[in-house]
Amino acid sequence: MKEAPLPSPCPDAEYSEGLRLSSLSFLGNGPYSLDIPPGKCVGLTGLSGVGKTQLLRAVADVIVHEGDCFLDGIACSSFDPPAWRKTVAMVPAESCWWYDLVSPHFEQGVEQGEVREWLEKMGFPPDVGGWQVSRLSSGERQRLALVRSLSSGPRVLLLDEPTSALDRKMVRVVEEIIGDICRSRQTVCLWVSHDREQLARVAGRIYRVEEQALVEEMKGCM
Amino acid sequence: MHVISLSAFDLGIAALLLVLLAGTSLRIGLGLEKSMLISGVRMTVQLLLIGLVLKVLFARPSLWMVLGMATIMLLVAGYEVWARQKRKLTGATGYLISTGSMLISSFTITLLALTVMVGVDPWYTPQYAIPLLGMLLGNTMNGVALASDRLTTEMYTHRSMVEQRLLLGQSWQEASGDIRRDCMRTGMIPIINSMAAAGVVSLPGMMTGQILGGSSPLDAVKYQILIMFLIAAGTGFGVLSAIWLISRHLFDERQRLVLDELTTVK
Repeated sequence: MKEAPLPSPCPDAEYSEGLRLSSLSFLGNGPYSLDIPPGKCVGLTGLSGVGKTQLLRAVADVIVHEGDCFLDGIACSSFDPPAWRKTVAMVPAESCWWYDLVSPHFEQGVEQGEVREWLEKMGFPPDVGGWQVSRLSSGERQRLALVRSLSSGPRVLLLDEPTSALDRKMVRVVEEIIGDICRSRQTVCLWVSHDREQLARVAGRIYRVEEQALVEEMKGCM
Repeated sequence: MHVISLSAFDLGIAALLLVLLAGTSLRIGLGLEKSMLISGVRMTVQLLLIGLVLKVLFARPSLWMVLGMATIMLLVAGYEVWARQKRKLTGATGYLISTGSMLISSFTITLLALTVMVGVDPWYTPQYAIPLLGMLLGNTMNGVALASDRLTTEMYTHRSMVEQRLLLGQSWQEASGDIRRDCMRTGMIPIINSMAAAGVVSLPGMMTGQILGGSSPLDAVKYQILIMFLIAAGTGFGVLSAIWLISRHLFDERQRLVLDELTTVK
């Protein structure tokens, strides 16, 4: 596999805001500690089954864990759980749908401004809200699930292989949308992927997830 | 009217039908023959025993004996509800929830019926208290068992969907709402069907028994209407409380779905 190009090193910025993982451990993994400033994206890679997805689930607080996560200095444990998960939105690798049509899965529907805009950029026509979920392809499901999570305006995005079912052109579109959101809204992003070239494109830093530690593979401007 | 007494031979012929069904089950590979025969034997022994116990109880009515008997019935019903679930809550919690929801529904409603509606004196008169409680427990047990079993199975099967909904910022009540409502329907449909079909498709057991025992059909019908309402209310409240209590235990204080609270199926 071609090694990701290392960007020119720059000194670590000092920050007190953003997402902090503090000695986070779960299911025998960890403790993991990590700081991600606002507007930055960190890539996570590693062997299959090592615990990348579980790490995202622990940050989203849907599995039991020790240690804590902090958003702008406020501990996850002091948030109301639904409020935390709206603010720290995880997009799982495989999406689930429970209504027959697409639209009811979106709290505000699919007609409103930004959602409409993202859907258009991702190649969906205006009538996508009326589509039957059972007829969606895996790529369509993946893109719609991403927009569904973006629609609540999260401060942190936890993306688990968000482009695994997409063609190259659409991969770039999604990367661009996520990059724009991170920059314009100062959204923090944790992006899990096996594609190191992709991580080199989207993330300022890349860590290899191992059972007991996060090993820095690429250091960019954070 | 004189009641025709059934001989052991009559019952034996009826039992042969069950044996025939078990043989069919064996032949077509249903795998139900063993539980069918065990349940049949169990039912016969239990009913013969209760016949003897009731004979003693009716001869010397006592509050403590009625309460003791009712407690045993409740504990067994709670166990049956718990045991019929494919995926059970681990530890004593599952049994306590099953028994608790039977207590809430059947016991309180039987007490209400005995003191307010039937108005029998004393209220614990075993001829009324035991059959009423028995019918309520028997019917609510089915509803609660069906609903509880479906809830734990559905939560396990659809765990990814529930988690996805939690990830979108839904509360545990919202994330599990559709499943819980489906399970409540499952638990209540049998009694709703029974009420809808009573008198047209089927003549319910209690009424049939009273008519066979010589009561006037109108008296039998009134008792049957009473018992149907009581069973419907008991089943409904039993199902609601069981579903709520089990669901609450499947989510921890951080509203995470914790399926390790359920036994595994091998």
